[in-house]
This record gives sequence, C-alpha cells and structure tokens, in this order.
Amino acid sequence: MAQLNIKERDAGDVSILDLSGKVTIGEGSVQLREAVRRLLDSGKKKILLNLGDVSYVDSSGIGELVSSYTTTNNGGGQLKLLNLTKKIQDLLMITKLLTVFETYDNEEAAVSSFK
Amino acid sequence: MKETIELSIDSNLEFVDMVGSVTKNVTTKLGFDDEDASWIELAVHEAVINAITHGNRNAADKQVEVRYEVEPECLTVFVRDYGAGFDVSRLPDPTNKDNLLNPNGRGIFYMRTFMDEVEHSLHPEGGSLVRLTKHRRSA
Repeated sequence: MAQLNIKERDAGDVSILDLSGKVTIGEGSVQLREAVRRLLDSGKKKILLNLGDVSYVDSSGIGELVSSYTTTNNGGGQLKLLNLTKKIQDLLMITKLLTVFETYDNEEAAVSSFK
Repeated sequence: MKETIELSIDSNLEFVDMVGSVTKNVTTKLGFDDEDASWIELAVHEAVINAITHGNRNAADKQVEVRYEVEPECLTVFVRDYGAGFDVSRLPDPTNKDNLLNPNGRGIFYMRTFMDEVEHSLHPEGGSLVRLTKHRRSA
C-alpha cells in the first residue's frame, strides 16, 4: 500500500496537489517528486501543495519539499504550501525554511496569491 | 533500575516503521507527553535512516542495531551501524542561508533539536554509534 496518496485538481490556472499520508525517504518522497515533475512537464507553473492530510514527514520529506520548490522556481514557476500541520510548521521553522516558502491556511487566499 | 530493549534490522528502509513502533511503545512506557514522544520517534527515525543509508550504504549484509535503555527519568537510544563513521563536525549547518535550499542535511540537525544529547562515536567493536538521550520533563 502506497504511503502517500496524491490527488491533483485545478483552481483556475493553479494546480493543487492534495497530499495524504507520509512524505518520507523512499516511496513518499519519490511520489511527490514525480507528481511535481509531471505538472511542470505539462506546462503547469503554479503549484500549490496541500499538506493538511500529511500524517508524517521526515528530513527527506522536508528535503523533497525544498527540491520541489527549487525545481519549480528554476522552471519559471511558483510553488507554495497550504494547510501546514503543526509538525510540518515546526520542522520548517527549526530549519528556517519558513523564510523560503510562502504558506497559507486558506485555499482561496493561496490561489489568489499566484501571479 | 534500567530496562533494555534491543532490536536488529537489515539495512532495509521497510523496517524503519517497525523501529518507530517500538520507539512509540517505549516513550509511552516512560510517560513522555505526546509532543515529546513524537519528536523522540522522529529523532530515532532519522538516526536509523542515517545508519541504513549512510553508515551501511544499504548493504544487505549489514545490520542496524537499536538499543533502548529505559530509566525512570531518562531514555537513551543507541543506534549502531557497521560503516566507517564520519566527522560530524564537518557537516554543513542547514540553517545557514547558503544551505537553505540544499535538499539534504537536516537529519542530524533535527536529532540535536529534539533530543537533549546526541553523541556520535566509533563503536569499540567496529562501526559507528550514535547515542540519543532525552530526559523526562518534571511535572
């Protein structure tokens, strides 16, 4: 059974990935990487990761968020985070990554923020 | 009085969750609150993953050994691999602005953040050892 489930939907020209489960070393991180890569390859440049249902994340999962952010930016796109759980917020804060990511707890505001 | 729980796993990431289950049981036994328990579990998780991927380089013939020493007010977890060890002092600081976008290098930082003590050493019988200690907070 996959540890991470990813559902894709659109809100206008913003692609939203609803993540559910674990983003950890191995399968979870790879799935996230591939999902973001698929969006970028199809020309989607506005990506919102909904993390509200992520039950567990480790340093590799955090690293995959960073990689996704970098890859998207390098491709001329934007990647933002929605509905951070307290744990993810803490892990990002501890490693000063809250200064890197734009984060939102409201989907409408997140979608509107994309230029 | 000290109680000890030991387990040994193959260098296979599929077994990391099992170690996590043991960690959760141990922290419950010691009466850590939910938040501390979840951070301890993550610290041990990171140590085990480092042992598998960096220490043993995913070698099928190398084990990772985890030992929990449970004392009334303190939990110590030892994670041993059979690798050559490394110089922890040479690890880059992941919070340095030049390293923020590095996809790797946060595991040990998290371990040090969530545990009271983290010590890396060479095991006297070969391989390397990390000791993680967490004291139970006074009520």
